[in-house]
Amino acid sequence: MGSQGGFGQSKEFLDLVKSIGEARSKSEEDRIVLHEIETLKRRINEPDIPKRKMKEYIIRLVYIEMLGHDASFGYIHAVKMTHDDSLLLKRTGYLAVTLFLNEDHDLIILIVNTIQKDLKSDNFLVVCAALNACCKLINEETIPAVIQQVVELLGHQKEAVRKKAVMALHSFHQRSSSSVNHLISNFRKKLSDNDPGVMGATLCPLYDLIVIDVNPYKDLVASFVNILKQVAERRLPKTYDYHQTPAPFIQIKLLKIMALLGSGDKKSSEQMYTVIGDIMRKSDTASNIGNAILFECICCISSIQPSPKLLETAADAIAKFLKSDSHNLKYMGIDALGRLIRINPDIAEQHQLAVIDCLEDPDDTLKRKTFELLYKMTKSSNVEVIVDRMIDYMISINDSHYKTETASRCVELAEQFAPSNHWFIQTMNKVFQHAGDLVNPKVAHNLMRLIAEGFGEDDDAADSQLRSSAVESYLKIVDDPKLPSAFLQVICWVLGEYGTADGKYSASYISGKLCDVAEAHSSDDIIRAYAVTALMKVYCFEKAAGRKTSLLPECQSLLEELSASHSSDLQQRAYEFRAILDLDANAVENIMPLDASCEDIEIDKSLPFLDNYVHKSLEQGAEPYIPENERSGTLNISNIINRNPYEHPAHSLRFEAYEVPKPVVPTKLTPAVTYPTDLVPVPEPSYQPTLSSGPISDAGSGSGSGSTELRLRLDGVQKKWGKPAYSSAAASSTSTIDSQRTTDNGATQSDNVTSKSREPRQPHVEVSEEKQKLAASLFGGRTARPERKQSGSAAGHSKVSRTTNHVEDKAQPTTVATAVQPPPPDLLDLGESSGAVSSYSSSVDPFKQLEGLLDLSQDGHAVTTTSTGPDLMSLYSGASTNGQNQNQNQNLNPLINEKDNMNGAPNPSNRTASLTKGPSLKDALDKDALVRQMGVNPTSQNPNLFSDLLG
Amino acid sequence: MGIRFILMVNKQGQTRLAQYFEYLTLEERRTLEGEIVRKCLARNEQQCSFVEHRTYKIVYRRYASLFFLVGVDNEENELAILEFIHLLVETMDRHFGNVCELDIMFHLEKAHFMLEEMVMNGCIVETSKANILAPIQLMDKTS
Repeated sequence: MGSQGGFGQSKEFLDLVKSIGEARSKSEEDRIVLHEIETLKRRINEPDIPKRKMKEYIIRLVYIEMLGHDASFGYIHAVKMTHDDSLLLKRTGYLAVTLFLNEDHDLIILIVNTIQKDLKSDNFLVVCAALNACCKLINEETIPAVIQQVVELLGHQKEAVRKKAVMALHSFHQRSSSSVNHLISNFRKKLSDNDPGVMGATLCPLYDLIVIDVNPYKDLVASFVNILKQVAERRLPKTYDYHQTPAPFIQIKLLKIMALLGSGDKKSSEQMYTVIGDIMRKSDTASNIGNAILFECICCISSIQPSPKLLETAADAIAKFLKSDSHNLKYMGIDALGRLIRINPDIAEQHQLAVIDCLEDPDDTLKRKTFELLYKMTKSSNVEVIVDRMIDYMISINDSHYKTETASRCVELAEQFAPSNHWFIQTMNKVFQHAGDLVNPKVAHNLMRLIAEGFGEDDDAADSQLRSSAVESYLKIVDDPKLPSAFLQVICWVLGEYGTADGKYSASYISGKLCDVAEAHSSDDIIRAYAVTALMKVYCFEKAAGRKTSLLPECQSLLEELSASHSSDLQQRAYEFRAILDLDANAVENIMPLDASCEDIEIDKSLPFLDNYVHKSLEQGAEPYIPENERSGTLNISNIINRNPYEHPAHSLRFEAYEVPKPVVPTKLTPAVTYPTDLVPVPEPSYQPTLSSGPISDAGSGSGSGSTELRLRLDGVQKKWGKPAYSSAAASSTSTIDSQRTTDNGATQSDNVTSKSREPRQPHVEVSEEKQKLAASLFGGRTARPERKQSGSAAGHSKVSRTTNHVEDKAQPTTVATAVQPPPPDLLDLGESSGAVSSYSSSVDPFKQLEGLLDLSQDGHAVTTTSTGPDLMSLYSGASTNGQNQNQNQNLNPLINEKDNMNGAPNPSNRTASLTKGPSLKDALDKDALVRQMGVNPTSQNPNLFSDLLG
Repeated sequence: MGIRFILMVNKQGQTRLAQYFEYLTLEERRTLEGEIVRKCLARNEQQCSFVEHRTYKIVYRRYASLFFLVGVDNEENELAILEFIHLLVETMDRHFGNVCELDIMFHLEKAHFMLEEMVMNGCIVETSKANILAPIQLMDKTS
């Protein structure tokens, strides 16, 4: 119980907690909470509730919300509690308010005044409470109300206040950087605060600022390096140590900052080399926290200008991670490897078997991380293996979020590195079949575009071969009833455009299939539209080619049905088709030219063919046409009426809600109406009219498609193969890897021919042949990336590759060395702890024993009769199943206890640790006794409530 | 942003503490908590202490029957977060003495106060146990 000296809470509250704690199911818990809501609704509005009682009610409200129910009926009471004079009540009030309200809630305005008052308080704890609230509750509008005071508090004499003031300013910056832009120099100043806590907190806003723009902070490199050096040399107070590691969280933040500052900056990077090397040498690889720092060092090393020596150290560290038995470390190793191969692609090779082990591990997290690595190291020589694996994985998972991600990665890799048309089409088929509804509609358009444009070279034979193989594969799967809509659209379009092109399949066969599609998907208007247009094309091509044409009966009935469709789009298509049926071959050929989807359509905007008609009308006395912009003055009223309701003139009030911004990516295909503006991300609809003029003209001149109905939105769509092009996926992160990949992209065609993976060396013994094969296909064929060597940082590169060779040579000895070492004890924290816990509970039930201590008459299990320390200790050390840590536990030094805890081999004797770390053993026993009196005891429904978390 | 939420959930999937650093509606929280706990419960002890969920990475650690789950973004160092959880438990242990699930339930506000000292705006700001606990002890003394 410690310093609390009793719970000081009412029986009612303890009963509530008890019943929640013992609830066996969510529904039972819900029942309790609903009952509690009823009770509180009645009680909380009673007059003259004592403050203590009210505090309890507020906590009960927190419980209600935490357990997923609405407690808004009591928010106002939490707000009122923030006004209280008592610090505990005030802080509880603030806590409840921050948990209940988001920054835009109406009630916030009632708190701003209180915050203002509290920021001026003489009691620094009140000021701290108010600053905490500032971080959560002050939004852009209310920032000006407190900002002045917060800035003044940056110079407060108490370090706790300064620290929180820094963070409050940080939160203002997150909310609205413009309103604090003039104050960010304060963060720089606070970096040199003489309290390490304030300095550590200041790193958070500085990190954010440096992420936004590195350049203004280059001058701080020396300071950061210096701070990190001091931290590593244990100059900070001991209280910042965590498991003997000096201020690890500060170290990690500093390394993150340095990674940003050193990126692409040789001069800054050079200042960092020494300290990073020192830290890596000093880090304790036997503890999680040491490895966390090591990992951060690797991240930093792979981000800054490469240093051969550090790269070597990093590679060694990665090797240790990957060879560890701990999945957590393997995971970190794979992540680190993915970072380091950006600089040195060869490093992956020495870890090939470890990587494959991770890939085949049943642990989904590890598997996914490994796929991420493979994705980063894909090249034309291994794309087939990697994408096949990714597709298998994609099929095996249910989570739509990751299915989508994996699918789009497969598509991206296939588009970039495809070794052959056939493979590409097959791969796309698989992706579409299994995740077609999840992939971006753009992908479908890309596929159509690729099939239509071919390779962009003048190799017609290859292009038509691509089309034939597409047609053939689509005909095979088109009958599958479960094909996703986007894929069927592609199929229909390709069949219509190229189904009869190579003469292999008859028009009636293709038409039959298309009719089947329209039939089978009668509820999907988009597919039907694609199908009917495809039918029309097939018919037109036949007719234009002079062959005898007759509509299949099912096609006829489809047309009749669609002519009466509810969808005006389908109706229009049906009527157009019917109109075409009556035309002669010559006209048909002009309407639907063969394979013209890539031709530009030229539009003469002056519409000269109407000249005669206009002229005649004018002669007959019609009003001349006045362009819209010239007639605004005269026709104002009718204008307003006809206008879009969102375009009212500026002076009139708007009463409708503003519309939700349109999503950037069009989620649905609308083949009939294609507004080119869809391609332009237009977050604010009001800008749309002005923006649209540009893209329209672009689309007109750029890539209008030949077919009348199926206009593909190809503008802005990634160009595949051939020339390196703007890649939308890569756009988000403009790192070096992207540029390299683009170079790869350009070089793939030659790679296709030249590279055949060479057998990898076999550094390890006794590895299954299958794995070796996989390794060979994944990691072999290093020849495929000659361009890497030329690209980017050529200067550092030659050195780098030399060192890696060196590392590779050393790889064998290190394996042996690490294999001999026993695995670090703390890595499998979870596994060990629970294992030990279970064995512990099976051998001795601590609660029973405690019960015995407290109430001898109750339980015959009692072993000893007094509650004195030494007796207890002997009791538990006797029961110990794992004596390894006993000595440490009896040591009074809390640090050792922590180490023991860290080792995570929980041990009954840990209970004795309360002698040293808890306030006192007696209190702990009192605690148990008290809750027991409340009727909560370990033998009741949920004994877990009592188990020591660290035990 | 770093840390997006901190949850303590027991083996039965019942939430014992929830602190979010971004706004989610009650319904979203309820769903999220359910999904995450199900995911973590399905994993065994040999597997990584990290799980990806939607756009979050969840770092979790189990103490007795209680799961500590921290949702972070892609920038965070997972191992460090894993140790941050342990630091939190150690800090609570120092304050409560042999901290157990019931302590957190009976003193929900105190557990929150500790978190408020340790994490602000989703960033770890204080890791010295003495500094974390000082205001809470002072408050106990005065009230």
